[in-house]
Amino acid sequence: MFRFIGRRLLVAIPTLFAVVTLAFFMMRAAPGGPFDTDRRLSPEIEAHVLAKYGMNKPLPDQYLDYLAGVARGDLGPSLKYKDKSVLQILKENYPVSLKLGASAMLLAGLIGVSLGVLAALRQNRAADHGVMAVAILGVCIPTFVTAPLLVLALASKLGWLPGAGWNDGALANMVLPVTVLALPQIAIISRLTRAGMVEVLHSNYVRTARAKGLPEHRIVTRHALRAAILPLVSYLGPATAGLITGSLVVEKIFNLPGLGKFFVVSALQRDYTVVMGMVIVYAALILALNLVSDLIHAALDPRVRLA
Amino acid sequence: MSALGLTAPKGRSLWDDARRRLLKNRAAVAGMAMLGLLTLAAAVGPSLVPYGYDQVNKTDVWLAPLQHGHLLGADALGRDLLARLLVGLRVSLAIGLVATVVSLAIGVAWGAVAGFAGGRLDEAMMRIVDVLYSLPFIFFVILLMVTFGSNFILIFVAIGAVEWLTMSRIVRGQTLTLKQKEFVEAARAAGLGPGAIIARHIVPNLLGPVVVYVTLTIPAVILAESFLSFLGLGVQPPMASLGVLIAGGTQDMELAPWLLVFPSAVMVAVLMSFNFIGDGLRDAIDPRDR
Repeated sequence: MFRFIGRRLLVAIPTLFAVVTLAFFMMRAAPGGPFDTDRRLSPEIEAHVLAKYGMNKPLPDQYLDYLAGVARGDLGPSLKYKDKSVLQILKENYPVSLKLGASAMLLAGLIGVSLGVLAALRQNRAADHGVMAVAILGVCIPTFVTAPLLVLALASKLGWLPGAGWNDGALANMVLPVTVLALPQIAIISRLTRAGMVEVLHSNYVRTARAKGLPEHRIVTRHALRAAILPLVSYLGPATAGLITGSLVVEKIFNLPGLGKFFVVSALQRDYTVVMGMVIVYAALILALNLVSDLIHAALDPRVRLA
Repeated sequence: MSALGLTAPKGRSLWDDARRRLLKNRAAVAGMAMLGLLTLAAAVGPSLVPYGYDQVNKTDVWLAPLQHGHLLGADALGRDLLARLLVGLRVSLAIGLVATVVSLAIGVAWGAVAGFAGGRLDEAMMRIVDVLYSLPFIFFVILLMVTFGSNFILIFVAIGAVEWLTMSRIVRGQTLTLKQKEFVEAARAAGLGPGAIIARHIVPNLLGPVVVYVTLTIPAVILAESFLSFLGLGVQPPMASLGVLIAGGTQDMELAPWLLVFPSAVMVAVLMSFNFIGDGLRDAIDPRDR
């Protein structure tokens, strides 16, 4: 298994390298720069500023400098926030996104798997149809529709919950954004769980377990579920990507100080180093989660051998 | 069938069977009807509404639905919501269609060549897809839009270029099985080159799974465009798309909730019809999954 992890980490390095390279040159191909202001800087000052950030060198040299920095774990200074480094910005804002995403995923996993199992056990009956109808709605209603509608109903009209703001992650402020992020995931997870469960419940080893006289709840939790959630585990990687996409919009709507909001603003302001830092963090996160989901997959399914 | 007795039954192709199963699926039929209506509305609707989508009416600011001939009300500039909604629907559907065609072209070509060539080339091409898969793609689309400014063509290309990955995997898998088939061997024996075999014999046989995936890609593309527009990076006002309208409605929802509710409803209707049709097609063409 350690060899498997090692090999995957080795593959991750060229992937990250590709990400960094692509993002770097795309960002630099954009017209304009971080020091464009309404009033034109005098040429001397501009040259001085560029020299300070090493941006007076040819582009390939800057690229190599940046790579060297990344290899040392130094993501450079922000070009727009004068006295902050990229690492500081990440450190301040990343926890918000992380807390939001992790809560949403946890909630979605718990509810989604329960609903999926319920639907499978009551296959083709009212409960099943109900869950699947909800699942279809959840897939078809995007976050940027649910978020404002829920704010309108629960915050503006009824005043039960704050409609925006972070407030250091107070529970009341978390409810709406987490719900909005979790809804589509609940839909997909319950669908996947139901499909897996229906298939497994008809398999021979479940029939054997029944014949052995095991109580139903034991069959479901110990025997069936383990195999039924395999497709779900593979979904974990893409799901995270989905959460990230969703959180860009959710952080904007709820005015949360997470990374998503920063990303678009920084890209528009040509804050090269901040954008690069975020791309690297997200790419690394996705790679790590893909690896974790493969490992869980192998742990659950004895037929998969990691080599 | 047994009722036919001795008369030879008329042959049914796989596609006949699929059509029959599809038409029996009520959700899919409802989705097709809904999509038909929406497409019709997007095509002819804008020319039937007495207002232009960018026509500013100073006297009609924030008008509620059903007043002054504004069936769905008017926005902060007094622009007719119905006119904007119909144009926005047209734009979103067009983007969905064109970007899907882009992704279809890249995905099918890439997957068919990789699957048919096999060996090192296949390995290399699929490794590229793997790497691209693990990129945070929404960021790259955002970077693209920021880099080159938002124009229509770029939206098509950017989204299409993102969505082709899954298509190429599906196509490659199918091609791997197809190329073992006798008709491919026959074509080769007849002296056809690899390019001609791919174009004439492999690609037409990929139709089933590709059609299913296309119906699921279109809503994904519409969604992606809306995300971009919501972040202010997609279609630019005064042009409308469903995403632009929902984003605008979000800003004004306290004052004029109809600006949020109607575009959202249309968006959900579009996504739902495509998903119903896609699910129905999958069940119809590949009945194993049921």
